[in-house]
Amino acid sequence: MIRPFLLLAAAGLLAACAQQPLRGTGDLGVVVERATGSLQIIESSNQSQLARIEGLGDLSHASVVFSRDQRYAYVFGRDGGLTKVDLLRQRIDRRVIQGGNSIGGAISQDGTLIAVGNYEPGGVKVFDAKTLELVADIPATPLADGSRNSRVVGVIDVPGRRFIYSLFDTDETWLLDFSQGNEPQITRFEGIGRQPYDALLTPEGRYYIAGLFGEDGMAKIDLWHPERGVERILDGYGRGQQKLPVYKMPHLEGWTVAGNQTFVPAVGQHRVLVMDSEKWQQTDAIDVAGQPIFVMARPDARQIWVNFAHPDNGKVQVIDSETHEVIADLEPGPAVLHMEFTARGDQLWLSVRDGEEIQVWDPYTLKLLKRLPAQSPSGIFFSSRAHETGL
Amino acid sequence: MIQSRQVVSRLGLALASFLLIPVALAAVPTAERQAKLDHLLLQDCGSCHGLRMTGGLGPALTREALAGKPRDSLIATVTHGRPGTAMPGWNALLDEQDIAYLVDRLLEGYPKP
Repeated sequence: MIRPFLLLAAAGLLAACAQQPLRGTGDLGVVVERATGSLQIIESSNQSQLARIEGLGDLSHASVVFSRDQRYAYVFGRDGGLTKVDLLRQRIDRRVIQGGNSIGGAISQDGTLIAVGNYEPGGVKVFDAKTLELVADIPATPLADGSRNSRVVGVIDVPGRRFIYSLFDTDETWLLDFSQGNEPQITRFEGIGRQPYDALLTPEGRYYIAGLFGEDGMAKIDLWHPERGVERILDGYGRGQQKLPVYKMPHLEGWTVAGNQTFVPAVGQHRVLVMDSEKWQQTDAIDVAGQPIFVMARPDARQIWVNFAHPDNGKVQVIDSETHEVIADLEPGPAVLHMEFTARGDQLWLSVRDGEEIQVWDPYTLKLLKRLPAQSPSGIFFSSRAHETGL
Repeated sequence: MIQSRQVVSRLGLALASFLLIPVALAAVPTAERQAKLDHLLLQDCGSCHGLRMTGGLGPALTREALAGKPRDSLIATVTHGRPGTAMPGWNALLDEQDIAYLVDRLLEGYPKP
């Protein structure tokens, strides 16, 4: 009696396997192909490409977050498209056009809400992560002339079903608290500094730090004590130095916090600034090969990888986090746009836009391991981000 | 005398037009340079203005968005940037012909539908 049943079950299992071999998603990731509006699904165990998904619209400056089960990628497109991609079935699960012009978003701590920051119409919209139905619409502050609302930058998830972001045009930071339900409580921080362009959250989720484009400095908020307001740090870091034209805005949403030090790009200068992560005071300024864009710490915090704005975007430099010396000058190819470490740091993937490829590097030997073809690749995102706060 | 004067003036004209040729050529970037500039327009201008020029941190630069804006003021904006905004001056990387070419591409409508 038992044997035929087992055979049947085994046959059923085999049939299922033939359809779709069982696999996990912890080693999966996506690469944004920004000019063609497509996405590649990649995996880091064999460093290979699994599929290309098309029809995601305008992916200029697209970014991605992941569901807590690491099965779905949520892609924020420039044209206001929010697309939920099924990494296992390798297809679009759902897609909505939620705004006219967007910049990025975040997923809540409990995985139920997706917040999207929009330039047009300026504000944040929050969606149900399962269905992509609108949950809340929070317009940003209107400009003085009433022509439009402020543009939103640096949308980040904060522990406790909260989101935080800054308003580029009106120099504010807003904290949305959804812990009591889907009608958020809003805390506004005004006068944080001129033109916040992006922000980072420290890995445990305590400090939110917005970079300022309009002045030399950053704005820090202690989320354990929001009542204390904004504290300015790195004030006047470029004093007396001539500002260079900034051809590309730096990014702050990387793992720039390396143990007791935080490394951030100096806007308009060829320098990476180093801060003490407890006192939040500048401890050093490291001269680098161009205007830094991404300043990323290897997950073990021992190295910092930096890429640069045009016209130095063919270079990547590696900094020793202890000595602050540049220990490697790499030239991966034309227009290195983004870098992403695997969760435990055994690999670094980088996109070479004009070389039309993705490269996999061993960040310990500093050797190139693999090149994979891609169409104008920009952002690379591994599903391990699902379990990182603030990414 | 008269004839020789004519010859001289003709020679002068010929010389002048000969001299003009390189100036006229320099006014338009070479095909190779144009390809580079098109790439820059799409990828680097597109970083802020969107790959489809529909705007982002920078305003939209579609043909409709630029309608009625004087060419000279657009050239001045690209050359010197707009103080107080994120728009840098590009004169450190591009020369006058490059900038005029880029502005004309935008006024024609870029990217082409």
